[in-house]
This record gives sequence, structure tokens and C-alpha cells, in this order.
Amino acid sequence: MSALAPIGAIGRGTLAAMSSVGRVTLFALSALAHMIRPPFYPRELAVALLNIGWLSLPVVGLTAIFTGAALALQIYSGGARFNAEAVVPQIVAIGMVRELGPVLVGLMIAARVTSSIAAEIATMKVTEQIDALVTLSTHPMKYLVAPRVLAALLVVPLLVGIGDIIGIFGGYAVATGSLGFNAAAYLKNTVDFLEPLDVISSLVKGCAFGGIAALMGCYFGMQSGRGAQGVGRATKGSVEAAAVLILAANFLLTGAFFSL
Amino acid sequence: MIDLAHVQKTFGSNTVLRDVSLTIPKGTSMVIIGGSGTGKSVLLKCILGLVTPDAGVISLDGQDVTTADRDAFLARFGMLFQGAALFDSLPVWQNVAFRLLRGSLQRPRAEAREIAIEKLRRVGLKPDVADRLPAELSGGMQKRVGLARAIAAEPEIIFFDEPTTGLDPIMAGVINDLIREIVTEMGATAMTITHDMSSVRAIADNVAMLHDGVIQWTGPVAQMDHSGDPYVDQFISGRATGPIEAVR
Ligand SMILES: Nc1ncnc2c1ncn2[C@@H]1O[C@H](COP(=O)(O)OP(=O)(O)O)[C@@H](O)[C@H]1O
Ligand SMILES: [Mg+2]
Repeated sequence: MSALAPIGAIGRGTLAAMSSVGRVTLFALSALAHMIRPPFYPRELAVALLNIGWLSLPVVGLTAIFTGAALALQIYSGGARFNAEAVVPQIVAIGMVRELGPVLVGLMIAARVTSSIAAEIATMKVTEQIDALVTLSTHPMKYLVAPRVLAALLVVPLLVGIGDIIGIFGGYAVATGSLGFNAAAYLKNTVDFLEPLDVISSLVKGCAFGGIAALMGCYFGMQSGRGAQGVGRATKGSVEAAAVLILAANFLLTGAFFSL
Repeated sequence: MIDLAHVQKTFGSNTVLRDVSLTIPKGTSMVIIGGSGTGKSVLLKCILGLVTPDAGVISLDGQDVTTADRDAFLARFGMLFQGAALFDSLPVWQNVAFRLLRGSLQRPRAEAREIAIEKLRRVGLKPDVADRLPAELSGGMQKRVGLARAIAAEPEIIFFDEPTTGLDPIMAGVINDLIREIVTEMGATAMTITHDMSSVRAIADNVAMLHDGVIQWTGPVAQMDHSGDPYVDQFISGRATGPIEAVR
């Protein structure tokens, strides 16, 4: 082994990473192109909206309510160290809407939706169902990928909005129930404090994270290797990639919105 | 007419097709025989463009398939996959009528369902399977649903990958008759992969044997028994000893 071997390894790693970035970008562009050109499959879109949106509501709601409640407790006890307990409503609102709502909903969608899309499409690939689609004159990008990505782009911002509200309610419940806050004042403080940009950033993040989650599921599913092992790898890879990309995108979007 | 000229395909270090040349005249039934793992399925997928050959030219009616309009090309084909490849999220009748429910061949739902049930009957399945999910059917039933799906839109060219594997002898006979009927009555061109020598005799106009990445022998089915080719002789007699190694 020569002294240059580690440098070679770094180079190969970098090239491999760059080529996957390229492939994912091309895949995303192709998905977008198929989304706007007919034929469209409204039935597939409806099923995807149901799966990604409606059926994710319980997990999103539970995640948000516990997070909001814990956040209120933390801020109250942290704030007490410098006599700032009163900021609970404001910080819960900001924390949920700007950051925790979109990120936690995004991660939950990565866990729930990305994994199921990847496993489903990978299984279809492994059992030749994707080949069968092609021979039945149906484009897999149009029939499988476009409806799922479009559904995620439409419905995950809504889920984030709902998550934000439920999270704030979780904080409200704890604050008024056990921390002695006045109910009307808590709500007024929350509403007065939030600015339109906070809410817009939350929904834009939701849209971006939803797109990432669905795209990663589809991409890894379509790239799946052969056999049960291929399906397992595709599923694992899709969730890892979606989670990391959602957190990275969250950082970039937060920077873009709030460091102006 | 389907024409393959010097088709090659390698997966990684595994050379599957070395140099395959074969002609299937329009309206005839070609049967491909050969040991398992010799690349018969890959050959069909190359023609359909599901697998891209590394070299060689495949043409349909004189036109190179890589330059043909993909949608128009695929609209002429039906394919039964080796593993049936049914869509497990759709009930049986929607699998069979897949093509008739969307795209250029779209029909009203009720009519598509009628056609699906009729095709199911032709492959020996009762109407009550129409509303079941593929996962609820046995392997042989799934295979026949796949067959019904392949013929549902009455394509000109039909590929059958091991249509009778996993079927009982009576049902295999039904399927053999069906394939023969599609070729003689509807004038379709068929390409069938099978290991079942009684199927070969029932279905084939011509036979081609794929071995070691090349077409080892091809000719009319009547000449198969006197081919003088030791590979074909060993294959049709099912002997363990001969030029084809038993361990591959
Ligand atoms: N998509 C693929 N990737 C890698 N290898 C493949 C692929 N498809 C087929 N093969 C390999 O090609 C060879 C021939 O396969 P196949 O055509 O399915 O054989 P058969 O003649 O039994 O139908 C096998 O060794 C198989 O592992
Ligand atoms: Mg095969």
C-alpha cells in the first residue's frame, strides 16, 4: 500500500458522493418533468394523498403535542434561572413554528412515508413489477414517482401547519394546566408574537421536507438491488438519506429566512 | 418479423449473451429452450428494451428497436413474466385490464372488467378470482393471471416466459392450446421460453436452443428430434451426461 492510498480513497469517496448528488438531482428533475406532462394518474395521486397525509396525522399529532408540552416545561424551568418564566408562550410558538414543527414532522414523514415508499417500490422492482409496468406502456416515473412526490409536496406543508398548532396547544395545555398561566393571555401572547414570516418559513420547510422524503423513497426504491437484501438496503438508505437531507435543508432554509 | 443480430449482454463479470443471432418470422411461434440460467429471460428483456444489450442490433419489421417510438413499439407487445409480476396492490381483474383502464387503449370500467373476466376464463380461471388480490392466489393461478394480462389487449407479439411452470399437466395442456390458438387464429407472433418438452411440441413452429451465450441450434420443430446436435439431443432426452455440464 503506497503512502498516497488514503488520498486516493478520499478522492474516490468524493467522486462517488458527487456522482450520487448528480444522479439524485437528475432523478428529481425527471420527476418534476413527469409531474407536469400528461398522462396523469389521479387515482394514484389520491391514494398517495391518503397515505402520506391523512394516515400520517396520528403520528404527527402525537409527536407535536408531546414536543410542545416538553418545550413549555423546559422554557419555564430554564427561564426561571433569570426570572423570565413569562416568555413561555412566545418561545413555544417560535420554537414550534420555526423549527421543531417542520423538523419533527419532516423526520416522522421520513420514518413513516420514505421507508414505506422505498420498500414498496423496491419490492416492485425486485419482483419485476416495474418491468411489467413498462411493457404495459406505463412509465414508472409517471405512475409511481410523480404522484407520490406531488402528494408529499402538497400535503406535508399542511401536516406541518397542523403539527405547529397541536404543538402550541401542547405547550398551552401544560402552561395553563400546571404552570399557572392565564389561558386567554397565553393565546393572545402567542398570536401577537408570531409574524407571517414565521408561518411562511414553516410551510415552505414542510414543502421542501415532504419533497425530499418522497423523492428519497422513490429514488432508493427504483435503484434497489436484487432480492430481499436489496429491498432492505434500499429502505435503510432511503431513510438515512431523507433524514440527513431534511436536517441539512432545514439549516439552509433557516439561514435563508432569518439571517437576512 | 423480429431479427436479432450479434446481441451481447454482460452483467458485471458474468457474460450471459455472447453472440445471439435469431430471426422470428411474423405470425410464427418460436420456442426458446436451454438450461436454467443460460439467459433466456434476459434475451426477451433485451428485445423489449428492459435490458440494454452491450452490442448487437435488434429490429422489428426492419426497424432498429432503439430508434423506434417507444410507446408505439410497446403497444404491440404483451409479456408474461417468469414470476408473473402481478401488481400486488391491485385486484386481479384490474391487473388483467391494466392497459384497458388507462392510456391510449382506455375503455369504460365496466367494459374493461368484462374483458378481464373473459380473458380469465380463457386461462381457466373462474370469475370469482377477479376481485381477489394476487397475493391470495397460488403460484400457478398467478401465472395464469399474468398470461391473461399479457393477452388482454390482443397484442401482435406475445412473449411467454415459462408459461406452464408450476401448473398441473391438465392446466398446462389448456395453456399450450391457448398459446397455439393465439398464434393460428389471431395471427400473433409468439416467443415462448419453456423447459417442458411436451409444451415445445404443442406450441412451436420453430425451436431455438440457447447454450453458453449463443444459439446452439435452431430449426423447425419437426427437425428437433433429428437435429444431429448433441446439445439438443441431451436436452430433449434429459440425460445428465453429455456436452452440457450438469453443474453450472
Ligand atoms: N438484472 C440483472 N443483473 C445481474 N445479473 C442478471 C440480471 N438479470 C439476469 N442476470 C443473470 O443473467 C443470467 C441469466 O439469467 P436468466 O435470463 O434469468 O436465465 P434463464 O435462462 O433461466 O431465464 C443469470 O446468471 C442471472 O444471474
Ligand atoms: Mg428465466
